Amino acid sequence: MLPLTYYLVISAILFVLGALGVLIRRNPLIIFMSVELMLNAANLAFVAFARSFDVLTGQIFVFFVIAVAAAEVAVGLALIVVIFRTKHSIDVDLMSSLKG
Amino acid sequence: MLLSEVTNTGFFNLAPWIIFSPVIGLLVNIIYGGRMGEKAIGWLASAASGLAFGVSVLLAVSLSGVHGEAQVVLFADWIRIGELNIPWNFRVDTLSVTMMLVVSGVGTLIHIYAIGYMHEDVRFKNDLGRYRRFFVFFNLFIVMMMILVSGDSYLMLFVGWEGVGLCSFLLIGFWYEMDTLGRPSWANSNAAKKAFIVNRIGDLGFILAAMTMFWYFGSLQFGEVFAQAEEIAAHQPLVMIAITLFMLIGVAGKSAQIPLYVWLPDAMAGPTPVSALIHAATMVTAGIYLVARSAPLYVTVPNAQYIVALVGAVTALCAATIAVGQYDIKKVLAYSTISQLGFMVAAVGMGAFAAGMFHLVTHAFFKALLFLSAGSVILGLERGHHHLAHHGKSEMPAEAAPTPPKYGHGSSSHNEAFDPGDMRNMGGLRKTMPVTFWLYLIGSLALAGIFPLAGFWSKDEILADAQLHYPLVYILLTIAAFFTAFYMGRQNWMVFFGKARHDAAAHAEESPKIITVPLMVLAGLSILGGALNLPYLHTFTHWLGYTLGGEGAEVVAEGAAHAVEAAPWYVLGGLNLAVAGLSTVLALAAIYISWILYGRKPLTHGQIDPLKKMLGPIFTGMERKWLVDEIYWALFVDRYVDVSRFLADVIDWRFWHDWFHDKFIAGTYNWLSNIALDKVIDTRGIDAFFNGLGEMTKQASASLRRLQNGFVRSYALAVLFGVVVILGYLLIR
Amino acid sequence: MDFTLILFIVLAAVAVLTAIGMLVSRNAVYAALFLVLNFATVAIFYLMLGAPFIAMAQVTVYAGAIMVLFLFVIMLLGAEKLPKGGVLPWQRPLAIGLAAVLLAEAGYLLFQRIQMTTELAGPGLEVNSVEAVRTLGLALFNQYLLPFEVTSVLLLVAMIGAIVLTKKEKGEA
Repeated sequence: MLPLTYYLVISAILFVLGALGVLIRRNPLIIFMSVELMLNAANLAFVAFARSFDVLTGQIFVFFVIAVAAAEVAVGLALIVVIFRTKHSIDVDLMSSLKG
Repeated sequence: MLLSEVTNTGFFNLAPWIIFSPVIGLLVNIIYGGRMGEKAIGWLASAASGLAFGVSVLLAVSLSGVHGEAQVVLFADWIRIGELNIPWNFRVDTLSVTMMLVVSGVGTLIHIYAIGYMHEDVRFKNDLGRYRRFFVFFNLFIVMMMILVSGDSYLMLFVGWEGVGLCSFLLIGFWYEMDTLGRPSWANSNAAKKAFIVNRIGDLGFILAAMTMFWYFGSLQFGEVFAQAEEIAAHQPLVMIAITLFMLIGVAGKSAQIPLYVWLPDAMAGPTPVSALIHAATMVTAGIYLVARSAPLYVTVPNAQYIVALVGAVTALCAATIAVGQYDIKKVLAYSTISQLGFMVAAVGMGAFAAGMFHLVTHAFFKALLFLSAGSVILGLERGHHHLAHHGKSEMPAEAAPTPPKYGHGSSSHNEAFDPGDMRNMGGLRKTMPVTFWLYLIGSLALAGIFPLAGFWSKDEILADAQLHYPLVYILLTIAAFFTAFYMGRQNWMVFFGKARHDAAAHAEESPKIITVPLMVLAGLSILGGALNLPYLHTFTHWLGYTLGGEGAEVVAEGAAHAVEAAPWYVLGGLNLAVAGLSTVLALAAIYISWILYGRKPLTHGQIDPLKKMLGPIFTGMERKWLVDEIYWALFVDRYVDVSRFLADVIDWRFWHDWFHDKFIAGTYNWLSNIALDKVIDTRGIDAFFNGLGEMTKQASASLRRLQNGFVRSYALAVLFGVVVILGYLLIR
Repeated sequence: MDFTLILFIVLAAVAVLTAIGMLVSRNAVYAALFLVLNFATVAIFYLMLGAPFIAMAQVTVYAGAIMVLFLFVIMLLGAEKLPKGGVLPWQRPLAIGLAAVLLAEAGYLLFQRIQMTTELAGPGLEVNSVEAVRTLGLALFNQYLLPFEVTSVLLLVAMIGAIVLTKKEKGEA
């Protein structure tokens, strides 16, 4: 079997790539996808640790993370739709004023 | 010592309710009274007072259950400073329960009476809103009086003492913006102020007494003070004399004795139930209660006792003579009250505490009756007057009623106000107000001391005691008793007999049941009150003896000889026939003389008093109250005003204000602030520093502002930067 | 080089490459498709770690439901591409630099401080799937019943929120 560290390395790489996506992309849809990627990276670390310590809690937590992610995506996409409807664009750099 | 024992048994735990129940009554009336009808307000206040009476009765019953042993009901800690510890305890003994019964019992009857009286009074004076205020004040008075009589220390007593003074002030000035006839004036509020200020002088005496007591006794609790009384009196008799005489000043203020009695006649400016409850039956007897309560102190200094007795006797005679010359129905009763209070003070001064308290109780009955009946008479005349104003016709001869007065008090255009309290406007009311007449007659006979009404027994007990040891007091009091019968006779003839001397009197109407029924109860008590302490039985004396030493002292003091010494007043003699006979004969003679003067040939309208023709200047003196008010005014008030004016004009205004404040302080300050502080320190130092600070902040924030560019991604970058830095710190730590 | 290691290296390469693909693709649809692939590889990682239920949930919820939602919105808005150019010139180099530092820190942490090179115990791919799911279910419905139910409330709230947000207000249309 493989050492825990391997999985953690993959998890870290994916997390950093996700963070980079959040920072350099202007399309909020892709920003969202990057956030999902980061969540996945964290989930991977959870499951790996759960396996390592032979406990179930890590998997349970991943289950809840998936549920929360689903909720977050639903609300986030709804927000994007609303923003698009008012601004006719979804570039986050255009949303720099406090007024709606 | 029996007194210091603390027992909480039987109904004694209910004692605080004598205060709670009127407090609840007045709170409910304050909060909800605006939404309640007049009836509800009045009956609620009466019920609150009645509940206090019920509790008092329970206390009295319980007390007789424990053979009159004094009970101290612990209630709350009040003051605790270092060694000084003054709890708020309720003292339930035979003396305080007697006072509670009188206060709440007579008080309840007067409450009920006031329901009817104030109903009309607020209408005659055009201010319905004050109905509720009246009952709030009345309940407050019951509260304060109960605190006074139930307190277990001189300090607690003083709280009630001041509280009743406050209520007295509030109620004398109840119609504060008018005079007694309803015309706009400050007369009523001046009367209230007079009462308050004169009482302050008396209170100063009380405070001095209390402070001296605390200095030498180290306590103000009754039990602890009385326990040391004999010892202190033996070693420092002057201290004891000082305390008792200071206390006498307080008594003179509250119980209207010479020289501080002048406020009581003016106090009649209050509504009649107030005069009855506060200025006749209860509050003014607080002084007598105080002396009786302090009996263990007074018996140790016979000299002070003699002074007290003499003050009382002189007051009794002096006030009785003034009463003879008065025309106002309430003023006569006011001076009569002063005179009767003089009797009581003389009694307690002589050490005849039981006799004094006995007279206090009976006097509460018949003087309340007299005042309330007088109120009924006044209301009857008001009604008659009202009746006339509405019908606008005069059945009297033109010279008898030159201008039929219009109804409507409080209007300044009304020049010749009708005075419903002036006896010269009355006459013949026997026919128009028969119930009131009979009630008044009973009260008068009781006051005059006619056998077998209450006043006879109590007055004769005082006279009998005086005759034993104090001949001078006895003579003064006997003469006063003669005058008492005379002025009461004069009043009755003038008010109820003969013919009406005014239209209003001719059209007077009888008062409704709500007013007359409480009077009937009081009349019953005035007739039967003497049964409390009949000669040979001395129920009341025994009852008080538990507290004041008599029987109790015998038990405690081991030996009859000592007992007599401890309580020389505790004489259970029979009926002294000589004394009683003499006073009765004098009273009857006085009534007969008054009949000759006023009854045989009734006064007609405008006729001068027949006594004036006979006595001339002496009667004028009586009528003018021996010019005491004027003398006080010239001697004290004017001088006081001069001093105040000097202080105000010269010291305060010219020296203090003009020179010291304006020139010296303000000038120096201006110079200092202008030149030194403003120009140099403020402008060049402080301003420069803070302006620079502000400029720096402005510039710093202008440069920091650029960080807030509004781009979400920049903020996210900042977050990542923070994460990297924190993680880095954690790693290299 | 046993089979597991080879599988791991291949999958890791795919995961990293698809993540980079998502990061750099200009078209949002491509990005979404890359991400689907990435999620699938992560699901296989879960299987290798003996978590078959989570792997299936990953495929159905993430790769299935969530990504379909993404694609749906992209096509609904027609916003797969944004015009070039940006107002924040320093954003990209700074972000890449910081990301590199973060990765370096993570590597330092993993290899120097923790040094967990011991192999994972127990069965991986060979786990009894039915038994594993059964254990997870028991834990979920006994020990974690309350959070589980709260999750349902959360989903309901999200659903209502999404509906309310996207609903056209009166007079707006």
